[in-house]
Amino acid sequence: MTAFPNKNVLFRNFIIILLFIGISTPSVAAQSDKEEGVNVSEVIIHHVLDDHVWHFFDGHYGTLYLPIIVYSAERGLEVFSSANFYDEHHNLIPYNGYKLEHSHIYLGEEQVLDLSITKNVAMLIITAVVLLLVFGAAAKGAKRNAGKAPKGIQSFIEPIILFVADEVVRPNAGPKADRFLPYLLTLFFFILFGNLLGLLPGAGNLTGNIAVTMTLAAFTFVITNLSGNKNYWSHIFWTPGVPLVLRPILLMVEIIGIFTKPIALFIRLFAAMTAGHIVLLSIMSLTFIFHSWIVGFGSSILVLFISLIELLVAGIQAYVFTLFSSLYIGLATAEDEHH
Amino acid sequence: MDLLTPGVGLIFWQALIFLVLLFVLSKMAWKPLLNSLKEREETIQGSLDAADKARQQMASMQADSEALLKEAREERDKILRTAQEAANRMNEEARNDAKKSADKIIEDAKSVIQTEKQAALRDIKEQVALFSLEVAEKLMRKNLSDDKAQKELTNRFVDELKLN
Repeated sequence: MTAFPNKNVLFRNFIIILLFIGISTPSVAAQSDKEEGVNVSEVIIHHVLDDHVWHFFDGHYGTLYLPIIVYSAERGLEVFSSANFYDEHHNLIPYNGYKLEHSHIYLGEEQVLDLSITKNVAMLIITAVVLLLVFGAAAKGAKRNAGKAPKGIQSFIEPIILFVADEVVRPNAGPKADRFLPYLLTLFFFILFGNLLGLLPGAGNLTGNIAVTMTLAAFTFVITNLSGNKNYWSHIFWTPGVPLVLRPILLMVEIIGIFTKPIALFIRLFAAMTAGHIVLLSIMSLTFIFHSWIVGFGSSILVLFISLIELLVAGIQAYVFTLFSSLYIGLATAEDEHH
Repeated sequence: MDLLTPGVGLIFWQALIFLVLLFVLSKMAWKPLLNSLKEREETIQGSLDAADKARQQMASMQADSEALLKEAREERDKILRTAQEAANRMNEEARNDAKKSADKIIEDAKSVIQTEKQAALRDIKEQVALFSLEVAEKLMRKNLSDDKAQKELTNRFVDELKLN
């Protein structure tokens, strides 16, 4: 295996993530680094990251080459297959002046705007299609069974919608909760389906990608601040009921607060999902580190239980993201009650 | 692409696809599903309200019928009482009437008997008088065959007359 200059950084990130979620497996990490042949931390990090190819298994047909879409001022928009970056031994080669290095595409020495359909974008499209199929079927059921008892997929989906609407959104998202319900429902089911699909073997870590969670949190941020009423802004800029000298200090705190809320949102989801994937992969890797089928048996059982926990986490994280988004919107649209 | 640096491409696609998803799902899924849920909720609530109303109506109807029954019972008692009184009164009256008419009949009978008795007495008196006259005549015919006896009798009559 060729030297990987970014390895230490990646390893550090890996450790940070492990510490961050409070699961300490230093022995695994330490050993993996020493182990020859298998660089576990690299493999794991590679699995949770985005990529321009979708690698299912080794061999010629084990890789799905995804389309590359790049834009540069020099060349304009160009679309080609990522297969062009690989030779028959799966080694990276330059193509048409473009160079793929550590998943970044360079034209000469300049990094270009990369709008490729990466593994996560492909996962994103799959998630969107699954959502459309499931909810299209459920909505069709709702139309067909109007005034009758729900049937089929509709009866599975409806209780979840009711749970999100009645337990998460309406009690928290303030007086205009129903206006934000479509957004919050889409958010909830997107995260839930993304989390669950991400748990499938070979699937991309969509909802554990910081770009995805950041974008989702940005939507909540924009909606929260666009729908913020007079009451919300007056609390931020000139908090009532507080001594005058404290108000400028509170102003700073409040302004920081506007941003920390969505940041907490996206880091929570990103960390929870990525950490889950890393834990699963780490335990799986124990087999390869120890070269022992006994360890393999033990780690498989552990992986089974942690997978079950991950299923739970998939639901909880979707719930929490929606809950906090609802709360933030609720705080921004609440009527003045206590002054 | 590193773990903590978001990729621009993914942000772009995520924003685009999420917005499309939001738009399409809002139109295609959330609206009909939420509407059907709301309708169902309203139907259930409506049915519950109707059932409640029906129960209340039934309770009030039961109360009404009970009141009606009570009233009817009272009415019946009253009618029975009145009928009893009327019967008693009529009985009394009938008895009185019967007594009166019996008295009257007895009275009448008595007076008739009295009259008959008087008439009978009168007849007897007349008969007695006639018998007496006949006896007297026979006696006189026998006794007054001489003057002396005639004289004596005349005297006695005169004495009797004096005495009266």
